[in-house]
Amino acid sequence: MKALAGSLLVALVMLFAVSAFAEPAQSGAGWHHFDNPAKEQRYQNLLGELRCLVCQDESLLDSNADLAADLRAQIFHMMKSGKSNAQIKQYLTNRYGDYVLFKPPLDYRTYALWFGPFALVLLGLVVLVWSIRHRSRERAADISDEERARIDELLRATERNDKQ
Amino acid sequence: MRSRLRFLVPLAFFVGLVGLLGWGLTRDPSLVPSPLINKPVPKFKLPELKQPGNTFTSARLAQGHVALVNVWASWCVSCRAEHPMLLQIAHSGIVPIYGLDYKDTRKAALNWLDEFGDPYQTVAQDKSGKVGINWGVYGVPETYVVDGKGVIRYKQVGPITPKVWKDKMRPLIVRLKKGEPLARGETGTSG
Repeated sequence: MKALAGSLLVALVMLFAVSAFAEPAQSGAGWHHFDNPAKEQRYQNLLGELRCLVCQDESLLDSNADLAADLRAQIFHMMKSGKSNAQIKQYLTNRYGDYVLFKPPLDYRTYALWFGPFALVLLGLVVLVWSIRHRSRERAADISDEERARIDELLRATERNDKQ
Repeated sequence: MRSRLRFLVPLAFFVGLVGLLGWGLTRDPSLVPSPLINKPVPKFKLPELKQPGNTFTSARLAQGHVALVNVWASWCVSCRAEHPMLLQIAHSGIVPIYGLDYKDTRKAALNWLDEFGDPYQTVAQDKSGKVGINWGVYGVPETYVVDGKGVIRYKQVGPITPKVWKDKMRPLIVRLKKGEPLARGETGTSG
């Protein structure tokens, strides 16, 4: 227990240390900011939806890769010149493919991706319902007349015992 | 029969799923297929590395001959590993190689060519990396096979290995030079 508390404390300290380092990244060299808070929010949200192609689990918002910094600057300038989010995403997918989007677009190639899980759950439910119904019917049919007579007898015996 | 089906159907489903996931494991997630395959090269105008007064434009890639465009930098370690292969290709004379020196300083790039040899017809200098973005470059080295009309037919992500050269790039280049129709799967991205 003591060891657990100790390692938890270490983990917490490390977490704070890491976040202390992580924080200034957004104000480091190469970072552009909009003065308008709404625009800045839109900029950051957009960056969060785009994948850094170098370190692929990170978004353009998180990544320290050189290419990510270049793309952030490019997107900043595109937003400044009045480009919409859709136009900016189109610009990136024209060059890097849909892979750059964390949220893949909904088209014929991604139907399996978007609807596959729901189809599987539905299939599972159908199988479940089917097998429950099937099983109960099968069981009822499996019992022979002799067995039924024996069950009735036993039930009657229990009822008698209960009354006593 | 019915009870056998009850086992066989889920088993077939499971085997199919394992097959699908197994196939997924063989794929390299760091390889991003380029949307520029079978599209004309993105237009650009850049200074030449050796004579910065001269400009190298994308029009030079659409003058009737098949070409390689190799994106490299003097700071790139894998480029050093790839370099002997490029020298060998240049020496064979099968296809001209154009270089795109990506986010590099002129001095370092020239030193590198002096030290390791120069396989390039011409090197264009993309100091800001903007042309790289237009080409969908996300790591160096990258090499593009461009046909005589200036259409990108193949992208190699990472160094050209002897195997990739022998199995994929060389046969493609030979067919492009002969003007033969390409089979499915010959064009594309690999790495």
